[in-house]
Amino acid sequence: MDKRSIAAVLSFSVVAVFFIFTVLLMHPFGAPDSTAMDDDIISNAQTETGANNAVTSVVFDYRGFDTLGEATVLFTAVAGVVMLFRRLKK
Amino acid sequence: MIFNFPFIAVAALIIVGLYAVVFRKNLIKMIIGITIIESGVNLFLITLGYREGSIAPIYTSSPGGIMSLPVPQALTLTSIVIGVAVLALMLSLVIHIYRHYNTLDVRKIGGGEE
Amino acid sequence: MSGMSKIVKTITNVAIPFILIYGIYVIAHGHLTPGGGFQGGAVVASGLVMIMVAYGSVWTMEKIKEKNLSMLESLGAFCFILLAFLGLVFGSVFFNNYLVGSNSLFGTVPAAGSGLADISTAGIIPLMNFAVGLKVIAGLFAIVLVMAYAITKKEAKE
Repeated sequence: MDKRSIAAVLSFSVVAVFFIFTVLLMHPFGAPDSTAMDDDIISNAQTETGANNAVTSVVFDYRGFDTLGEATVLFTAVAGVVMLFRRLKK
Repeated sequence: MIFNFPFIAVAALIIVGLYAVVFRKNLIKMIIGITIIESGVNLFLITLGYREGSIAPIYTSSPGGIMSLPVPQALTLTSIVIGVAVLALMLSLVIHIYRHYNTLDVRKIGGGEE
Repeated sequence: MSGMSKIVKTITNVAIPFILIYGIYVIAHGHLTPGGGFQGGAVVASGLVMIMVAYGSVWTMEKIKEKNLSMLESLGAFCFILLAFLGLVFGSVFFNNYLVGSNSLFGTVPAAGSGLADISTAGIIPLMNFAVGLKVIAGLFAIVLVMAYAITKKEAKE
């Protein structure tokens, strides 16, 4: 058991040090690097989709396949939970 | 004054959640740790899409000015819903484990010591 | 679990219409203000869970069987995929927004820049909002109701 706990502490500290180094090397907060696709979406969203809300037009029109996958995941989770609590009714 | 403060909060959330998953032996505490890691990842996605002094990307009666990026906000919506679905499945499995073994300690369930 | 006292039930009866109307407002205006199908569906599901907490899960399960909730959720998912396939029939690609620019129900295109909100814009996006909102309401309420009902049965058995 002692070897296992030493391995756990060592790997956890390595991962924590990597996270802290990554945070200090990120780009400054408020200046994203490449915004070409988002500028294109913001300027053309009203004429192409006809919606005043750019986030809803991205969720349902420009990236509709991601919403389809998410609806499938939600349906699978509900089916799994209802199936786990089903009992044989006499 | 801001100086990357949201990114430091993301690192703190993920490290606290990872500590709860690795070093705690109660099943419910491990599930709470997984939820904390998920909150950290969602905060990181939103923080990537902020421009200095911008407003929400909505055109209805907007006061004008530059707008923040809409694509990371759309991806965060999907991530939150998937987190809720995974949490529901994990909790129902824990209810079944408790009914079968009558304990919530991870050292006592499963096939036993190797 | 059993229900709570008479004061909690009375306050629930007073507060439920406001919560439901606010949730359906957030779903219906998803293309004009912040919100949409997922956010409004979570608000309405929280209101229904408040009913279940106040009146007890045994009473709620007898009034609303879980078969009806499964049927509502499948109807929502089926309507969402049907709208995507109609884009293939009327337009040329899957998920095509075929109602924008035509003179039908949701056809007008708003003026560029900031302006007032017009609800009959944005093509098939409001219809998709209603389908996804119905699916989220039925799904989240079914998860909580099935878990709460199964715990009472377990306490009675052993």
